[in-house]
Amino acid sequence: MTRRGIIFNIKRYAIHDGPGIRTTVFLKGCPLDCWWCHNPEGRNTDPECFGQDTGRDCLIGREVSVEAVFHEVCRDSVFYDQSGGGVTFSGGEPMMQIGFLEDVLTACRREGMHTALDTCGYAPTEDFARIAGLVDLFLYDIKLMDSDLHRKYTGVPNHLILENLHYLSGNGNRILARLPLIPEVTDTDENIAAVAEFMAQNKALREISLLPFNTLGRDKFRRFHLPDRMGTPRELSPERIERLTESFHQRGIAVGTGG
Amino acid sequence: MNERIRKLREQSLSAKPSISLERARLLTSFYADGQADGTSTPVARAMALSHILSHKEICINDGELIVGERGPSPKATPTYPEICIHSEEDFTILNSREKITFNVGEADRQVQRDEFIPFWTGRSMREKIFASMSDVWIAAYRAGVFTEFQEQRAPGHTVLDDKIYHKGFLDFQDEIKRSLERLDPATGSEAQAKKEQLTAMHIAADALIHYAERHAGRLDQLAVTEVNLDRRAELEAMAANCRRVPAHAPKSFWQALQYYWFVHLGVITELNTWDSFNPGRLDQHLYPFYRREIAEGTLTDQRARELLQSFWIKFNNQPAPPKVGVTAQESNTYTDFCLINLGGVKPSGENAANELTYMILDVIEEMRLLQPSSMVQISKKSPDRLLHHALKIIKTGYGQPSLFNTDAIIPEMLRQGKDLIDARNGGASGCVETGAFGKESYILTGYFNLTKVLEITLHNGVDPQTGKQIGIATGDPSEFTYFDELFAAFRLQLKHFIDIKIDGNRIIERLWAKHLPAPFLSLLIDDCIANGRDYNDGGARYNTSYIQGVGLGSVTDCLTAIKYHVFEQRTFDMNELLAALDSDFAGYETMQKQLRHQTPKYGNDDDYADDIMRRVFESYFLLIDGRPNTKGGHFRINLLPTTCHVYFGRVIGAMPDGRPAGEPLSEGISPVQGADRRGPTAVLKSAAKIDHLRTGGTLLNQKFTPQMLESDENLKKLGHLIRAYFTMDGHHIQFNVVSAETLRQAQERPDDYRDLIVRVAGYSDYFVDLGVDLQNEIIRRTEQGVG
Ligand code: SF4
Repeated sequence: MTRRGIIFNIKRYAIHDGPGIRTTVFLKGCPLDCWWCHNPEGRNTDPECFGQDTGRDCLIGREVSVEAVFHEVCRDSVFYDQSGGGVTFSGGEPMMQIGFLEDVLTACRREGMHTALDTCGYAPTEDFARIAGLVDLFLYDIKLMDSDLHRKYTGVPNHLILENLHYLSGNGNRILARLPLIPEVTDTDENIAAVAEFMAQNKALREISLLPFNTLGRDKFRRFHLPDRMGTPRELSPERIERLTESFHQRGIAVGTGG
Repeated sequence: MNERIRKLREQSLSAKPSISLERARLLTSFYADGQADGTSTPVARAMALSHILSHKEICINDGELIVGERGPSPKATPTYPEICIHSEEDFTILNSREKITFNVGEADRQVQRDEFIPFWTGRSMREKIFASMSDVWIAAYRAGVFTEFQEQRAPGHTVLDDKIYHKGFLDFQDEIKRSLERLDPATGSEAQAKKEQLTAMHIAADALIHYAERHAGRLDQLAVTEVNLDRRAELEAMAANCRRVPAHAPKSFWQALQYYWFVHLGVITELNTWDSFNPGRLDQHLYPFYRREIAEGTLTDQRARELLQSFWIKFNNQPAPPKVGVTAQESNTYTDFCLINLGGVKPSGENAANELTYMILDVIEEMRLLQPSSMVQISKKSPDRLLHHALKIIKTGYGQPSLFNTDAIIPEMLRQGKDLIDARNGGASGCVETGAFGKESYILTGYFNLTKVLEITLHNGVDPQTGKQIGIATGDPSEFTYFDELFAAFRLQLKHFIDIKIDGNRIIERLWAKHLPAPFLSLLIDDCIANGRDYNDGGARYNTSYIQGVGLGSVTDCLTAIKYHVFEQRTFDMNELLAALDSDFAGYETMQKQLRHQTPKYGNDDDYADDIMRRVFESYFLLIDGRPNTKGGHFRINLLPTTCHVYFGRVIGAMPDGRPAGEPLSEGISPVQGADRRGPTAVLKSAAKIDHLRTGGTLLNQKFTPQMLESDENLKKLGHLIRAYFTMDGHHIQFNVVSAETLRQAQERPDDYRDLIVRVAGYSDYFVDLGVDLQNEIIRRTEQGVG
């Protein structure tokens, strides 16, 4: 195990990234460019300096070995055992560092640790084939069913993403779909209906998490002096979330929020 | 809650705490009239209690179901001049200070000045103690190296087991008789001393029986004039209760509660025991009565609940007796640390939670009173439902109940040599202290300021706050080449002060045994009757003296910073560091920042810092644990601060963890405020590196914002977090569920937040009643993560 990767955070007691108490490792680099990105500091593959940050250490991202990450996630084993938790890899897009990811997953698996992968799905299918057997749960983002809109808001079309979803679900992997509710972008009636319909046709996709938009990303745009393309989106009312939830329920799909 | 309870609760909440001189007056007249002349000390003490209970005013509040107040009315709080005498100035301060006030009437102030102060001066325990202490003790005490609990409160700290639910006081008197018969006259003076002690216990038992009869008499009178027939029937039943208990074993749920309450009043009238007495495993004690009466149809759930609520209000009506002199600042609270235990295991080792456990939890949630405090013991056998139920109440932000690990409490007691069954029947009381209920006298003797000892070490035995040499010369730290030299010096200094503390305690134990025995309390704790010995003189089956270490997080971070920056990284040398400390970091702001932000800290699951914590713990443990006290028992350690970390911080200058002069220290075993940056699992991992099983209790405070606990799912995860901590032998954990924002608002607009209760240390308190230092500290305590 000599491979090294670049991560920008390790968060312990992560309770929104899969079952139980988890540690979430954030890998740097992402092929997408979502307007609402809540981790803009994780998009570039390399460590980078966000200079004007509050005078603290400005460098975001550090190079680490597989062993170091593995050692760090093992620290909370007692909490995973107790809660049915484990480790989650997130980002950025962890698939960007496929070799490193594969090695860390292998190490975790060897210890019997529950593993989850939070992915946007935009990576070569063969890469997914490499790690599919090492991941207990995919947290898989579905953003927009209309490929043109997908391209507009994330920078890439959605064909590969949906293809990979088919691939993984067809091979018996456990998948929890996640849909970020971006006001007037992903939360439109048409998009929600399309996502629900898409899922209804795939028997392996029985569960979706609706992630209400939060302003964390906007706060970071300001701090890191990045362009804010979102403006001030309207609030998502509880009634509306209720209605969206209903669209999924009608098609027999379970809905969670925030997790 | 029904109308009756609502009214009684309202009465309790709105009653202004006041000083009542009733007890002082009766006690003074008893001694001044010469009634004690020619009798032995224990007998005189028992007669004094009898005199008080026979003459004090009987108070029966409208509509109440359980009777008896310590003073003439709710929240009228007595003084104990035989222990410590409030000066006129104390009374003025109590009457006028902003927080934790007690009304004192002008006439009372005069009587205090003209009669009680002159009579008791020269006789009080406090004076005896200070007169008996060595110069080094006095110097260390003044410098704030340690505090002494028994200088103004009696060595109480014990909790009742189930004995009163099987036996009446007449049964205790039979036991006394048998014990008297067994005395061997050949042992001469020893037999004589035991005879006096047992006679005193007999008198004390009569005193409470008679006190209950006085209540019965008053209830009879009230019944005669009562026009409401329902209430009249109640008053008659209550009178019958007071004739049944405490003389005889209780027959009903109602009588059981009334019995305990009389016993409680007896204990807190005899002396102002530190950490007021409490019934302990209440759900266990009451369960047989509950089961039987529900089956027989003589009790309904509704009635049981109402009786429990009435019982809760009685506790809230008894504020802790206010302190005198300097310590008035140290620990300011109305709370008297009655910690009701729920859950845990049965003597057989099975899960003990029952229907009543859940009912009592509901009562706690509904009553939302400051007193009594409550806790739930969680063992590996406890159902998740119990933990979840407790968390649901904790989540409402009221700071109760706290959570304890039965699977740590029991081995802690076994290690101290206690019997397994006694251990299973025990629990925790006060803040977090482990004890064998009904069988142990476990005295807290005082807080110990670990960080102050380091400050003195850094100045070669001199207290830099006064310039006085109060420690031993352990060397000029700037001449140390290795960190281990510094640690060795710290350890020597620690030993020096611990020896002083223990020598003092051994003398103080004797003073209490000789001058202020507690024959009433002795009736209740095994094996005082069988041994013919007083509770204050080693009569109990187990006798433990605790010294409570304070500031473990602070002292660890200070030592870690020195090791890291001075001896390893060589960021600066010792002289520079000391100069920075002496100037309270003025001109050394960069260094302060480095110390604060670029140094390993305890609470982050970082072995660099945590290993130093272990070393401090080991030293503290080895220097104290197992040393004999004068009661056949031993000194032990525990780690809890109550609010003393604020006072202890005030007597220390700037320190190497970057803390400016005068700021509070870390509390309990929590990390330094704001030093933990890696979330709750890291804090728990660090805290679990303490060997909890070798302590008699540790206190860990965690603050969560309400958002963290919004969904049931998150609450479950919090439950798992706690279970994991307990798997690692963690002793106790408690939660503050509030946002810093709310607290700031409360500071700005206290009137709008008078009901806001927060977890302070081993107890909850009204946020607005706390001093501003403590308020700020609670705000600062790291909020763990965001949702
Ligand atoms: S996929 Fe995630 S990390 Fe990548 S740009 Fe979108 S929101 Fe940001």
